[in-house]
Amino acid sequence: MATAPAMVDVFPEEVKRGRIRTFIRRHPTIALGGFLLGVMVFLAVFAPLLMTSDPQALAPARRVRPPSAQFWFGTDMLGRDVYSRVLYGARVSLIVGIAVAVLASIAGLTIGLISGFIRAFDGIIMRIMDGLMSIPPILLAIALMALTRGSVQNVIIAITVAEIPRVSRLVRGVVLSLREQPYVEAAIAAGTTTPRIILRHILPNTLAPLTVQATYIAASAMITEAILSFIGAGTPPIIPSWGNVMAEGRALWQVAPYIVFFPAFFLSVTVLAVNLLGDGLRDALDPRLAKRI
Amino acid sequence: MNSGMMQAQNNAAPVAKRPLLEVNDLKKHFPIRSGFLSGISAYVYAVDGVSFSIDKGETLSLVGESGCGKSTVGRTILRLIEPTAGQVLLDGQRIDDLPASQLRPLRRRMQVVFQDPFSSLNPRLRVRDILAEPITNFGLASGKADVDARVAELLDKVRLPRDAMKRYPHEFSGGQRQRIGIARALAPGADLIICDEAVSALDVSVKAQIVNLLSDLQDELGLSLLFISHDLAIVEHITHRVAVMYLGKIVEVAEKRALFSAPKHPYTEALLSAVPLPDPTAKRERVILTGDVPSPIKPPPGCRFHTRCPHAFDRCRIDEPPLKAIAPGHLAACHLHDAGVMRTTPAAALV
Repeated sequence: MATAPAMVDVFPEEVKRGRIRTFIRRHPTIALGGFLLGVMVFLAVFAPLLMTSDPQALAPARRVRPPSAQFWFGTDMLGRDVYSRVLYGARVSLIVGIAVAVLASIAGLTIGLISGFIRAFDGIIMRIMDGLMSIPPILLAIALMALTRGSVQNVIIAITVAEIPRVSRLVRGVVLSLREQPYVEAAIAAGTTTPRIILRHILPNTLAPLTVQATYIAASAMITEAILSFIGAGTPPIIPSWGNVMAEGRALWQVAPYIVFFPAFFLSVTVLAVNLLGDGLRDALDPRLAKRI
Repeated sequence: MNSGMMQAQNNAAPVAKRPLLEVNDLKKHFPIRSGFLSGISAYVYAVDGVSFSIDKGETLSLVGESGCGKSTVGRTILRLIEPTAGQVLLDGQRIDDLPASQLRPLRRRMQVVFQDPFSSLNPRLRVRDILAEPITNFGLASGKADVDARVAELLDKVRLPRDAMKRYPHEFSGGQRQRIGIARALAPGADLIICDEAVSALDVSVKAQIVNLLSDLQDELGLSLLFISHDLAIVEHITHRVAVMYLGKIVEVAEKRALFSAPKHPYTEALLSAVPLPDPTAKRERVILTGDVPSPIKPPPGCRFHTRCPHAFDRCRIDEPPLKAIAPGHLAACHLHDAGVMRTTPAAALV
């Protein structure tokens, strides 16, 4: 006669301690990444309140001033306040990063699911994706920008197109491996219909790797946006973005390095924050690691 | 050769005792494509003409080395992969050529338990939802409370506590997860459960528990089991009949006792001699096979076992032996049993 061994309680007593402290201890990278990103979002949202002078106001009389109590990050060659421009630049970077991550994820998820489930389309779709991937993303984005006029919206579209192949490849790979999982076969044997299998068994299991990939895409989109703006193929010069500010300060690098330094520093910190968040999410979203303390 | 028909001939009233599952000359050839846009360059003859039948309440074990096609047989019967040729009859009805929509209601009657207790349960679903899936798919319960009641009943059947419902698969041990897998197979009220190496991944003590659970459930519910395994020691405990597979073909089918005491095929002999004996001082003749299993892409002509058979002679290299009755209910595919060649069993020939 078979008897089941007594079930061992796998949940230890709930640790009675501050929830935030527990969270930081369990997921230090998410906490740090989230905090840094939170600061950037705060600066971007409240830029109109936090700025010290109009980021567009030209004042040739006070051009190329070093950082001081009045101009925290100094002024550029047209006398504009670098601090205020960097604050507004955070808006462009974050909007581009988030929008590209969301759009590329949605498009990539759709293409990846089709490719992974309808094998007839797989060859054609993946060859198109290979073709897109063979062009360096930055060149592809420049080419796409050359076809349109510079605007934040067009920058988002151009970078999204360049990022889609990576997402769809990832999703397709995950779908192909999930399809072979015994629990999917068991679901087929249990009479579950294909749409329900996708919704119940495939999609939820692609979301973890997709979320992680989306954060990396957000980080790389911010860098791409900065590069595009830096070389003058991105956000139009009337909108301050970190890439624009750096491009304008480039000629004065030896005289006034702070014009380039501050936007570059903010870009680095933001990208680092997003990447930390991605790394932390990757660890936290694994259901097998989730309950571990 | 058709063991299903054999069976029918052996029975006095074939209509009354229709087998639950009949497999006739089942074939599954996997195409090999060398690249994009290029055609099929070869086939893997994973299953190449397999026939057997399982009665109601009976256990048939399918044994053989890894790669011999035994799992493919199970998956093809379940239509998880499409057969290349042959027939599968469930309770007299052909299911190998049914379109998906007509097959779905019949899936209720045959379920599967997989080898790996970790990948066979969706890590994102609670046990309740895993077990509820077949119940709701086949419309076997009305309302949430009814589903819960049935899930609780299933957990009782596989001897898991009812509070397991609220938990996720990763909170359970391998043996417990395998019980959940068995509960899922029982959920739609299946007649036939295909156990694809269902205990191979478990510890020895847990293995025994699961095997006992399966045979208890069989007695309780009158289940038929197709027990796919490479472990003859376990098979001996659970099975009524055994079918031995080698390189995509069945080489011997017999009642358990007949097969274990007097194997008729040299391959079966070799397999049996590899089963460890509990007595370390016991002596016996060991049949050690040399060489590797030939590739199923290019199976050898004649008898597929001739490249490794200690008794192979000229005819084995040319002429493929059919699976035929040697004694009542005992089928083997070996030329050694042909009249005129040798009237002895291979075991006798060895001495």
